[in-house]
Amino acid sequence: MNRKFTLFNATSLTLGFAFLYLPMLILIIYSFNASKLVTVWAGFSTRWYGELLQNDAFLDAAWVTIKVAAMSSTLAAILGTMAAYVLVRGGRFMGRTLFSGMIYAPLVMPEVITGLSLLLLFISIGLDRGIFTIVLAHTTFSMCFVSVVVSSRLVTFDKSLEEAALDLGCSPLDAFVSVTLPIIAPAVISGWLLAFTLSLDDLVIASFTTGPSATTLPMKIFSSVRLGVSPEINALSTIMISIVTVGVITASLISKRSIARKQGEERTAATVDASAA
Amino acid sequence: MAQPGNKPVFAPWNDPHQKPLIQFKNVTKRFGDFVAIDDLTLDIYAKEFFALLGPSGCGKTTLMRMLAGFENVTRGEILLDGQDIARVPPNKRAVNMMFQSYALFPHLSVANNIAFGLKRSSMPKEKIPARVEEMLRLVHLEQFANRKPHQISGGQRQRVALARSLAKAPKLLLLDEPLGALDKKLRQDTQFELMDIQEKTGTTFVIVTHDQEEAMTVASRVAVMDNGRMIQVDTPDRIYETPNSVYVADFIGDVNLIKGRIESSGGDNYTIQWAEGQAPITAAGPQGLTSGTSCHFAIRPEKVAISAEKPTDRSNALQGKILDIAYLGNVSTYHVELANGQIIKAQVANNRRISRRDMTWDDNVWVSFTDTAGLVLLK
Repeated sequence: MNRKFTLFNATSLTLGFAFLYLPMLILIIYSFNASKLVTVWAGFSTRWYGELLQNDAFLDAAWVTIKVAAMSSTLAAILGTMAAYVLVRGGRFMGRTLFSGMIYAPLVMPEVITGLSLLLLFISIGLDRGIFTIVLAHTTFSMCFVSVVVSSRLVTFDKSLEEAALDLGCSPLDAFVSVTLPIIAPAVISGWLLAFTLSLDDLVIASFTTGPSATTLPMKIFSSVRLGVSPEINALSTIMISIVTVGVITASLISKRSIARKQGEERTAATVDASAA
Repeated sequence: MAQPGNKPVFAPWNDPHQKPLIQFKNVTKRFGDFVAIDDLTLDIYAKEFFALLGPSGCGKTTLMRMLAGFENVTRGEILLDGQDIARVPPNKRAVNMMFQSYALFPHLSVANNIAFGLKRSSMPKEKIPARVEEMLRLVHLEQFANRKPHQISGGQRQRVALARSLAKAPKLLLLDEPLGALDKKLRQDTQFELMDIQEKTGTTFVIVTHDQEEAMTVASRVAVMDNGRMIQVDTPDRIYETPNSVYVADFIGDVNLIKGRIESSGGDNYTIQWAEGQAPITAAGPQGLTSGTSCHFAIRPEKVAISAEKPTDRSNALQGKILDIAYLGNVSTYHVELANGQIIKAQVANNRRISRRDMTWDDNVWVSFTDTAGLVLLK
């Protein structure tokens, strides 16, 4: 393999990353712009961050978004895990193929259609639209993602662990709670995180299913951008980018370190047999 | 299992007053069209170390999983202590299983793995730590109580799995290829440890294995299975010395098989005609075989002697040429080709250094055996 760092490598790397990150970089730089005009640079300032914290409309929207995301991702994690468990472990039952196809269908469904159909449903059953309906809508589409993540973990799960639990006196429910769930917990958590992020940045479905009482942050940003981009939105976006970045880096550092530690311990443990024999 | 001479011999299967711990009564198990267990009847007695032996796919694992409760019985019944357990779920059976993969719970420490079953039993909470301690001592893992399964070696994991399955003091312990994942040296040591623990705890063990040496070493009785049927159930020595069929003779150990026809019968001594121009074999067999019956003559290689001169004291002697010599250190196996192409294996203990051995490739030799050394098998 060619490991030399050539000019070609350098160019493609630069181009690729520029393509990915240049827009964000510009946004971050302009969030520190002193000028009120978004496109004119007038020196470094943090004033828009200060003003953002005074803007109740944005803060309310942020709070609504977080509430919706927390509730819908938790519901989605529970329902998605249950669905995955039945589809992987339920054995063969009538219509199993149909069910497993249907659980993944919302993944490819256009958001506009999902949003519209949910809106029609809520109207026809006379549900007052607001935070509750957004939570329901977000749960509906994000539980499929949880289900995909969890079932891919369950497929590789050693079934004899569950059998051992039953053998040692667990009821099937106890076996699930005290053996299966702790072991698949990382998959459930990453499913939850995925659902949380999807809910955070959803605009379309939330717009369809919300009522006058609840506005999420993406909806707020979108509506204010239509009146012109304000530097406050740049500041808000920068904050969101940094939260996500810190989260992703921390998560990957933690998982990398725990994998390294586990490998080290397994290597030490394996030498015991070799020295005993 | 070796029996010390001064103790009464452990053989409950010969005692008509003994009640078996486990009874399979005409058990059949089907998976769709596939018959995994075919009308099988079997008794296993308390305190036995019972080995189920057979090639993969013979039904031995299915049999064990039916005992554990992971598979239903299609027809027939399984009795444990006289009670039908067909409808009893696995968590309500006084049966525990040690899994081939060990199935240790990765999120629990060694001590908590062992305590797992106890916490779900009727044992009072305050007595659990003492029992866990006792099990750790039994398998010599006291100092590893707080380790997680991935922090100990494969051999130690195997012992944790054993301790966990024995902790609830089950009436019956099932072991599914318990030593399959260990290397050879460790496996041999562990076999003796298993026998030791079985004797100490007095638990009935049923072990599934495809390794005949392992079955012969540990078991009080061995059941040889094929295609969902029991072919022979007997003590290791009888399985080896008096197999009831060509299948068992061939499956256990090494054997020479000669196809022939019973010629003349006088009492329980027979003459077997087996090839044009070859002297017939005289052999003892079961009484009452009629002339003309086709049969197999089976003889173990270590019961065949090899010599340069024709021996005079043995009733069967055949001449041939050495085709191959397999030197295994302690023994050598000579492959001798007879005039008609039949190959006879003769095994000789190397009780002399290699330089003193006088036979080599292409030498003309005589293979010989007595009339009681081999067996006449009809199927």
